[in-house]
Amino acid sequence: MLSKGLKRKREEEEEKAALAVDAWWLDPGHPDVAQAAPAVASSSLFDLSVLKLHHSLRQSEPDLRHLVLVVNTLRRIQASMAPAAALPPVPSPPAAAGAADSLLASSDAALSASMASLLEDLSHIEGLSQAPQPLADEGPLGRPTGGAPPSLGALDLLGPATGCLLDDGLEGLFEDIDTSMYDSELWAPASEGFKPGPVEGPGKEEAPELDEAELDYLMDVLVGKQALERPPGPGR
Amino acid sequence: MIPGIGTLTQDTLWCFSQVKGTIEFGTTEADIISTVEFNHTGELLATGDKGGRVVIFQREQESKNQIHRRGEYNVYSTFQSHEPEFDYLKSLEIEEKINKIRWLPQQNAAYFLLSTNDKTVKLWKVSERDKRPEGYNLKDEEGRLRDPSTITTLRVPVLRPMDLMVEATPRRVFANAHTYHINSISVNSDYETYMSADDLRINLWNFEITNQSFNIVDIKPANMEELTEVITAAEFHPHHCNTFVYSSSKGTIRLCDMRASALCDRHTKFFEEPEDPSNRSFFSEIISSISDVKFSHSGRYIMTRDYLTVKVWDLNMENRPIETYQVHDYLRSKLCSLYENDCIFDKFECVWNGSDSVIMTGSYNNFFRMFDRNTKRDVTLEASRENSKPRAILKPRKVCVGGKRRKDEISVDSLDFSKKILHTAWHPSENIIAVAATNNLYIFQDKVN
Repeated sequence: MLSKGLKRKREEEEEKAALAVDAWWLDPGHPDVAQAAPAVASSSLFDLSVLKLHHSLRQSEPDLRHLVLVVNTLRRIQASMAPAAALPPVPSPPAAAGAADSLLASSDAALSASMASLLEDLSHIEGLSQAPQPLADEGPLGRPTGGAPPSLGALDLLGPATGCLLDDGLEGLFEDIDTSMYDSELWAPASEGFKPGPVEGPGKEEAPELDEAELDYLMDVLVGKQALERPPGPGR
Repeated sequence: MIPGIGTLTQDTLWCFSQVKGTIEFGTTEADIISTVEFNHTGELLATGDKGGRVVIFQREQESKNQIHRRGEYNVYSTFQSHEPEFDYLKSLEIEEKINKIRWLPQQNAAYFLLSTNDKTVKLWKVSERDKRPEGYNLKDEEGRLRDPSTITTLRVPVLRPMDLMVEATPRRVFANAHTYHINSISVNSDYETYMSADDLRINLWNFEITNQSFNIVDIKPANMEELTEVITAAEFHPHHCNTFVYSSSKGTIRLCDMRASALCDRHTKFFEEPEDPSNRSFFSEIISSISDVKFSHSGRYIMTRDYLTVKVWDLNMENRPIETYQVHDYLRSKLCSLYENDCIFDKFECVWNGSDSVIMTGSYNNFFRMFDRNTKRDVTLEASRENSKPRAILKPRKVCVGGKRRKDEISVDSLDFSKKILHTAWHPSENIIAVAATNNLYIFQDKVN
């Protein structure tokens, strides 16, 4: 942590050393550089990056930008430390027998495994709250993510709750609990109180009248007497 | 100097005008300002904070008696825009922090703004009430219902003046459209649509419709293990409602035309500067990650902010920026430490002045920098309580890089990296700037002669 008044006395020497050696991946500002050989400096940077990655992965909802940048940096460091070894996104068998290499490889494997499992989790979680529709099916039409598109499966995260129910069928209903239905205004139980704003009905000027009119409107929708607002067509 | 024309000549002197916020140590996290935005006339200034609150300041009418004091900004409205939420499906807490506020152009007496946290965008209406109806037939003075059988005469209610009340009401809630964290919102020049961008997707909304949005950009790979790049910022062109840009964590900007296809995964233009081999390091990608992208008011240029520089690009030239300004190049040798303490991931914003002649961005130690594009002069100023006397002229600051430190200079190692200016705003037509320093909002104006 950079703190006030903390001077790094060896900076100038480090810079000279860095310039003398043709190693663009040396960072002269690093405190370890002065104390160790270049290979070890990279190693500490590697360790730091792995630490950051694990810390990021441990978060309940990792910052995707931070994660991606750390992973890419880690890959760069790995590439410089073991340029011969390939860097596949999936775990690969250790390339050489050396202790450093196996450390690298196992770290790589651990890294890849962690990344793979996390990103898989992310996409799995997203898959739960999303209609199972591969993107390729949409073609050049783009993806209206709600309303009444030609292929009803492409409802993504939006769309009226009733639409989701009908499309996934009963199995879809029980596969996971789609809380967007509970969050949706249409299903909000009276005890939760009425959240203003989300559903637009007629006459939205005065608050007391609004509640009644909106409740009536919602009841009509639920009962099926009244269709929901017709959304505009795509490419409006 | 002609007011309204921003130039950073020798004659421009910036003065302290106001500061909002508490002085006490140990700031509550909730008070940390996370976004600042003037409205289109500059009459209103909105801030959002980590606690999900929005505070709107209004500029007071300039009084003839106080010509030396241009209109000050006073609190106009405060409301809780977002509350912390819990996503039961993923067992995650959704932060209430306001990531961005964007004003809609004013079309009637009320003001409208969009505010967003990580997941939900809300449209707020801020309106004034200075009259109250009196003389109801069915209600008495206290609002209690009267028994209709006791009413023998009818009267017409009249509107009587009352103390001004400013109400903020949520008019629309645009929810459940983003799996990842929303980083940008941008109102389209058609005033009917807006977009919201998260790490991997951009959605297009119509203001009237909350249960549906169009996905216009999707960079999520089929296999998440192949993810190497995320969207960092996005903005609509100020005049062409079909055009928008988005920036990435790899330092690239893509310009898209919605007329070309409904899904704009294929860009129309691709802006990227080739990497400078002499500056290559492990951190090259991180420091090239763009944290903000802004169109100029003219619509001819875009400005991008990465960790160490601000760049101006001409829309007609994709292979390199036309201007590059060093914000704090002395940090280039400190990248490893800044990586260690995560400062290298800080996301600084950048802003244009009204005439697109000066650009401004923040730095550490509560410093912020301005660059005059015409004269090529730049200045470093500081937002601090020490320089907070009314109309006190801000003294330019200088960071000493090496060698002998002159008096009034500050050495790189003495910089306080916990004091970062990430969010700033510039009045649309005057030389008034708002600078957010953690939990304090500073307002500076140029000196009135």
